[in-house]
Amino acid sequence: MSKFGGNKKKEVPALSQGSISDIVFMLLFFFMVTTQMRDQENKVVVKLPEASEVVKLERKDLSSYINIGPPTRQFQAKYGTEARIQLNDSFKETSDIRDFIAAEREALSEGDRPLMTTVIKGDSDVRMGIITDIKQELRRCSALKIMYQARKAD
Amino acid sequence: MGKKTPSINSSSTADIAFLLLCYFLMTTTMGSQTGLSRRLPQMPDPNQKQEDIKINARNIVIVKINSSDRLLAGSEPIDISQLKDKIKEFLTNPAEDPSLPEKEVKNIEGYGPYAVSKGVISLQNDRGTSYRAYIAVQNELVKAVNELRDDFSYRTYGKAFDKLNEEQQTVVKAAIPQNISEAEPKDVSKR
Repeated sequence: MSKFGGNKKKEVPALSQGSISDIVFMLLFFFMVTTQMRDQENKVVVKLPEASEVVKLERKDLSSYINIGPPTRQFQAKYGTEARIQLNDSFKETSDIRDFIAAEREALSEGDRPLMTTVIKGDSDVRMGIITDIKQELRRCSALKIMYQARKAD
Repeated sequence: MGKKTPSINSSSTADIAFLLLCYFLMTTTMGSQTGLSRRLPQMPDPNQKQEDIKINARNIVIVKINSSDRLLAGSEPIDISQLKDKIKEFLTNPAEDPSLPEKEVKNIEGYGPYAVSKGVISLQNDRGTSYRAYIAVQNELVKAVNELRDDFSYRTYGKAFDKLNEEQQTVVKAAIPQNISEAEPKDVSKR
């Protein structure tokens, strides 16, 4: 009867909790390595177009982003549903791009400035008119290296 | 000397690590960014007299996209699925057709003389064209060039283009240049 009766004296040994922290640290390192800091809050909805011949953006630290798309729902009452430009957390006009590019360029070191890439993050339903305006403005401030951001289609 | 130092209770390190983990989960984004890389042409100097670079008519194909996302390549309307083959034919000119671009024999360092096509693809769009269609067309153009580069590197090195080393890639890029010009904005809808 020792099988059933002897439980009063023996206790189940407590699980060692020392390794939990190791497991969590492993998870933590995984996320630290595979993710990047979120740089800004999205105020426009951007559904990226698909393309099969995409290349990876090489130097993420040398890129500045121009988001184009319809405002998210919370801003629709104020800004309408027409496509707008978002630069650094706020809605801007095409004429503000010049200052934005100048500021971004100023933030980089002298040697990196020619390598600066402007990433155009446009919603796939945006009309080309606004994008053409942006391209012209970028040419005017000679930020000639651009990238049309797109999702990889399988 | 009889007393041992009491061990530090380590069960809270897990909580600290969880906090850090949650912080990183909230503030970071997953995934890398991909896209189509392009180089814009220089803005022409307004003081300087506009000088049009004369390109022989046979060396240029104009791809137009109108406001309802229809395509016009050269002079005929075309479906996007046929665009890639048309561009490939345009860039290679296998039959030495006098209406397709001429080739210029260039001496490529590390390879030798090669007849490089002088063809230029000019992409024009309307203000009403959707961005989706524009990217799709850009993608087809890049795909045409990439396939030609792949062909060339298989013929020369027996490997795909992206498996080549940097030197060989420069050779292939010189042999098959990617001449896509994004023209000055024009209103395509008005004829």
